[in-house]
Amino acid sequence: MDLDLLIDLGIVGVKIAIAVWVLLTAVAYLIFLERRLVGRMQARIGPNRVGPFGLLQPLADILKLIFKEEIIPQGVDLPVYFLAPAVAVIPALMSFAVIPIGPSIQILGRQTPLYIADLNIGLLYVLAMSSMAVYGVVLAGWSSGSKYSFLGALRSSAQMISYELPVSLAVMGVLLVSGSLSLVEIVESQKDVWNVMLQPLGFVLYLIAAVAEVNRAPFDLPEAETELVAGYHTEYSSLKWGLFFLSEYINMIVVSSLAVTLFLGGWNGPLLPPLVWYFIKLFALIFLFVWLRATFPRLRYDRLMQLGWKRLMPLALVNILLTATAIVVRDMLL
Amino acid sequence: MLELVIFWITALIGLGSALGVIFARNTVHSALFLVLHLLAQAALYVLLEAHFIAAVQVVVYAGAIMVLFLFVIMMLSLERGEAAGDRVPGQRVWAFGLGLTFLTLLGFSLAQAPIRGQGEGLTPERIVALGGNTEALGRLLFTQYLFAFEVVSVLLLVAMVGAVVLAKRRL
Repeated sequence: MDLDLLIDLGIVGVKIAIAVWVLLTAVAYLIFLERRLVGRMQARIGPNRVGPFGLLQPLADILKLIFKEEIIPQGVDLPVYFLAPAVAVIPALMSFAVIPIGPSIQILGRQTPLYIADLNIGLLYVLAMSSMAVYGVVLAGWSSGSKYSFLGALRSSAQMISYELPVSLAVMGVLLVSGSLSLVEIVESQKDVWNVMLQPLGFVLYLIAAVAEVNRAPFDLPEAETELVAGYHTEYSSLKWGLFFLSEYINMIVVSSLAVTLFLGGWNGPLLPPLVWYFIKLFALIFLFVWLRATFPRLRYDRLMQLGWKRLMPLALVNILLTATAIVVRDMLL
Repeated sequence: MLELVIFWITALIGLGSALGVIFARNTVHSALFLVLHLLAQAALYVLLEAHFIAAVQVVVYAGAIMVLFLFVIMMLSLERGEAAGDRVPGQRVWAFGLGLTFLTLLGFSLAQAPIRGQGEGLTPERIVALGGNTEALGRLLFTQYLFAFEVVSVLLLVAMVGAVVLAKRRL
């Protein structure tokens, strides 16, 4: 192996390490932010005791989680019970490999882009990873050997499978417009006009379906406390439970970043540096997620399924049809 | 060198998980080994630079079909995934015979001719020149293999309508 290859591998390794570290820290503070924001929206104060403004609250939460006693109930299927939390987190983290947060920068005298990989099939890769996310939920519910867990898992996997379709169909419009599956190329194609202008319907459909796919309120049926205790992770405690929580928040960041990349022009924007633009957009979407949670009551299960199959799916198909027609007409005129 | 190392690791995982599918006592564990095997296959596709096929393998087989498999297994076997006994009389004998036939066929066809890519000689260099995996595949599907493609889509539509009719007797 020559030196150049080693340095390249080293840079990729460092980038992966930084991405994972930033994500984990971001999740900790995202939870804090959510608690404060939801608190304010409900006319409460929220956690403000630990450190200035409660800024050390995430640290305290994590320490508590780590030192909590680990309870393994009787009658669990041990290997699968241990596997499930890992299966929930790993694909979520892996999705981030292809999400571009900025153009190239100079490090160690060589150009390095601000993403880990630019795959020719980037978008498909993200969809593939999100389709693996179902396993974490199904396996957790089944291996726990408890009715509530199992019912919660069945529900939530049905929900995730149903909403995967509208998500993928909604992004097809973007594919048609930019003519590429590579996320970097999709961002570059939005230099002048963001895709949200060309694909308003697609954007709205994507947002709704994405909220449902990551099981966030108002679509958080899997953990409907009143019916299912805590859903698929009822029998988990300590850090294993923490991993499920982690995966939910990472998934939220992933779908938001994907929305920024596909519809909101990625790092493109006037005046401010690209990275700043990227994070402003990401933050706006995450704020929207929190806002939704504080605003809407949970949907009933049959309504949720009807919304997915009878409203979002047909609309997404219509969106594809309209987009394709528009492109054909444009090509004929030009 | 690096490629070879990755190949061996993936191949061993693939073979090991394939054996796991057969030897696991618990049907859910079997299904999970099958998922692992499909993922190893996807990794092999990546090594062959067939990125599109790899992604589709994960989305369709590992992500969709196997989840439905797991669903059915979990719903049907209430005894926490314990494998049921023989359902068809003489099941084992039949399974052994059919398996042996398949193995013989496979062995013969492998012995007859080495597996070789055919068609337009789509080497990795040529695929890059065509604009990538997805583009190359799409072009082939919508020109040379258009008829087969349309037939398959009609077939899938029929299957879908059939499934709806079977599931909902009273429309």
